[in-house]
Amino acid sequence: MFVQLTDWFPVILSIKVALLAVTAVLITGLPLARLLARLEFPGKDMVEALLTLPMVLPPSVIGYGLLMLIGKNGLLGQTLSELGLSIIFTWWAAVLASTVVAFPLMYQSAKGAFQSVNINFEQAARTLGASEVKIFFTVTLPLAWPGILAGLVLSFARALGEFGATLMVAGNIPGQTQTIPLAIYFAVESGKEGTARTLVAIITVFSFLVIYWVNRWAKQKKYNLR
Amino acid sequence: MLKAKLTKKLWHFNLDIEFELDAGILVLWGHSGAGKTTLLQCLAGLCKPSAGSILLNGRTLYSSVSRVNLPTRLRKVGYLFQDYALFPHLTVKQNVMYGLKNSRNHRQTKGPVDPLGLLNSFGVGHLLDRYPGQLSGGEQQRVALVRALAVQPELLLLDEPFSALDKKAKLKLRQELKALHTLWQIPFILVTHDEEDAGFMGDRILTLNQGVAVTGAMTPWSQHSTRPPATAIG
Repeated sequence: MFVQLTDWFPVILSIKVALLAVTAVLITGLPLARLLARLEFPGKDMVEALLTLPMVLPPSVIGYGLLMLIGKNGLLGQTLSELGLSIIFTWWAAVLASTVVAFPLMYQSAKGAFQSVNINFEQAARTLGASEVKIFFTVTLPLAWPGILAGLVLSFARALGEFGATLMVAGNIPGQTQTIPLAIYFAVESGKEGTARTLVAIITVFSFLVIYWVNRWAKQKKYNLR
Repeated sequence: MLKAKLTKKLWHFNLDIEFELDAGILVLWGHSGAGKTTLLQCLAGLCKPSAGSILLNGRTLYSSVSRVNLPTRLRKVGYLFQDYALFPHLTVKQNVMYGLKNSRNHRQTKGPVDPLGLLNSFGVGHLLDRYPGQLSGGEQQRVALVRALAVQPELLLLDEPFSALDKKAKLKLRQELKALHTLWQIPFILVTHDEEDAGFMGDRILTLNQGVAVTGAMTPWSQHSTRPPATAIG
């Protein structure tokens, strides 16, 4: 029922894009989550709503927003073109799109995880002379890790499956910007049932294995603690 | 020598207190919500007073006049939390050694303390590789105490140290704390709402009510010529 996949490019590109997006989401989401988990200030609700917005907006709206940003005449696009760079309709645009839609999942999970760490552990570390950086890496992060890992898995899955915004900003250029979801859509459209089926099977099995492994790992970790 | 004079606005009253303490045990006694824990947190730098000053062995830990508010990690104030706050992901040994790796504690003027020896003297030396979740309440408390002492604090704060223990464990720990204090000769401040614990432990007792000290509400047993009548023990 499956045909041999002649073109592995979408598979490799998808994994590459998702990994880079998750890295970006981790670098931006973790510090913000840590900051906002304990900080209270006027207008915080507003900031949080903005940070979560990409999760609930239609992907086409995200795509349109990104076009305004990195398009030829966009805010960032103009600056980039002056430097001789353009990321629109390249696979870097796909990374950007995946990052934006995956960010809220990482942020929400990490914030919840940081808040669930009993503040007395951090206070105790302070009385023992630890610096804030040391406390973050030796106390807060390890204790919040299961929740952060959940955020990583969710954002990875979301980045891997990103379709709408990616289509708008990166286009569907086979061999350049065509990720698995795009390849499936256009394979179905052009009647290549076999290719579509194979890609569907690959992404389903791969996603299943990632989530299964992470859940098992998190469970073992929990048993070690108590 | 600890000198503290501070005020702190709380939700429904003001904490307003002044005291000096040499190397004795000061008991803060009062009903829950009297501001006892807040006072401890102000001393440790975990919360900021509204005004006043805190001096420990000549060092200014806090002063609203000269705008000093030394961060907790530099205060050399040990803190035993009510829930012990042992790091659940670290073993007993890693918990006790945690503070020793911090730069502040590398250069110590006093002779080094052997944390593992301390664990032994508290009867929990055999638990080195266990995690806090595998220990009883009394064991956790002893480990937390060793962890706090390992960094050689100049002041030890104990927040309700007996509240989670059964009667037998509590009586034993009270004796041990007294002995420990005699050995270490640093000021202890102990918070409790239990009259008997206050009377037994305190060289001095400060009764807190709505954030202010009430004088003469209770005297330490050590100042009675005889042990108090049974009724006072309650």
